[in-house]
Amino acid sequence: MPFLRRTVPLAICFVMGIMTAFQYFVPHQLSRDFLELMTRWDKIIAGFAVFIGAYSLFHLHYSRIRFKVAGWGYSIFVFIGAIVTLGFGLYNGGDGFWVDKNEGTMFDWIYIYVQVPAGATIFSILAFFMASAAYRTFRARTVESALLLVAAIIVMLGRVPIGALISEHLPTAADWIMGVPNLAAKRGILLGVSLGAIATSIKIIFGIERQYLGGGD
Amino acid sequence: MLDKLVNIDRRIIFALVAAAVVISLLMSFSLPVPATPPVMGIYDKINDMPPGSHVLIAFDYDPAAKEELQPMAIALLHHCYSRDLTVIGLTLWPGGTGLAEQALTSIARQYNRKSGEDFVFLGYKPGVASLIINMGENLYTAFPADFYGNDTKTLPALQGVESLRDLDYVIDLAAGASIETWIAFGKEKYKFDMGAGCTAVIGPDLYPFLDSDQINGLMAGLKGAAEYEVLVKYPAQAVEGMRPQSVTHALIVVFVIFSNAVFFASGGWRTVRRGPGARR
Repeated sequence: MPFLRRTVPLAICFVMGIMTAFQYFVPHQLSRDFLELMTRWDKIIAGFAVFIGAYSLFHLHYSRIRFKVAGWGYSIFVFIGAIVTLGFGLYNGGDGFWVDKNEGTMFDWIYIYVQVPAGATIFSILAFFMASAAYRTFRARTVESALLLVAAIIVMLGRVPIGALISEHLPTAADWIMGVPNLAAKRGILLGVSLGAIATSIKIIFGIERQYLGGGD
Repeated sequence: MLDKLVNIDRRIIFALVAAAVVISLLMSFSLPVPATPPVMGIYDKINDMPPGSHVLIAFDYDPAAKEELQPMAIALLHHCYSRDLTVIGLTLWPGGTGLAEQALTSIARQYNRKSGEDFVFLGYKPGVASLIINMGENLYTAFPADFYGNDTKTLPALQGVESLRDLDYVIDLAAGASIETWIAFGKEKYKFDMGAGCTAVIGPDLYPFLDSDQINGLMAGLKGAAEYEVLVKYPAQAVEGMRPQSVTHALIVVFVIFSNAVFFASGGWRTVRRGPGARR
């Protein structure tokens, strides 16, 4: 049924895309009500995305366990973690999931004493890998890499209090690097990305870009 | 010998970093943490607001970024509660609710602030950009109930607030790209003053917005949090963290200089300069 699979979604995309884009320039109350309605629809759709994400995660790890992919043992912990957390969440300290969430339950304990320290630990480990990478790969092989290296040293020292103790000019130099060359490069990238996003959006609205429909079309 | 130094076992580097962190935590020495203009921007804005003004703090991070962003949130809350400002908290990240609630309620207790009256926690809703637009049109349809299930229309803390247009200040504490989203879909459309706090790694991305005054202040990384702690005279976790962070940064700089010195001494640069096809 190409009409239902292709024409209808394209028509919905075109109508909603045009209406939502023009809404921005129409300050009438009807226009604002329409926007509010659309955002509520979007939130509902985003809620369903959570289920798709969960399904995708479990399917991936189930496949890893089933086919004994290297490191499949870690995938078991995904299921253990999900089942235990979900179980305590639904148990809700003995009152069940049909009442508002209770405070101080095992669900909170898992969050505070497992998820929070585990997340912080993973993030903190980055410092070790960054130090190792800096030692092994950060070399002044060319003029460009030498410039990058000097800038990195100034920013690394200028952005921590010890930099001001080494020289009062280091924080000033670091601020200049962040506020002038960094800003110029970031602004250029932002403009490029934004123009690209606008171009892609127009292509999607007018049905030129159809990858989102699936089926390799 | 030099080749060995160039290709040093990375476990030695890990051990040196660990030692630097542990020793600097155990030793007691203080480092100056002067406030920079971007951090002063947020502090001055909050300081100049009359009591009862509404400040929205978006806790857009999860436990992975807790060490950098939670100290910022706590310092900000100390400042807001001490100035009798009404705080509205929410998060666009599902993993952020626990940290946001913990910060809001634990600091509120120190100032005898009550949930629903002096501050409100709206919790998490999906949608990100759509949610921001929804709040910009009508806060009560975006959040009909707060985190604890109370009807938001009845909460004294939200009196006088219909949408984002009615807020006096919005601060996004972000571990991702949510600051750009707040600017594009919130600040520019609904015209409110905005400041931001972020992890150090995304700080450089936000300088264009600081330069264009789309955000009036920025706290970047643990250093930004430490500066704010000093400003509000509540030196805590972030100020403590300046010692290991400073020593580790200095150590990495020493690593880089040393490895380059060894690289040049071992003649590695000649191989690079010759390259494939270069004349000898």
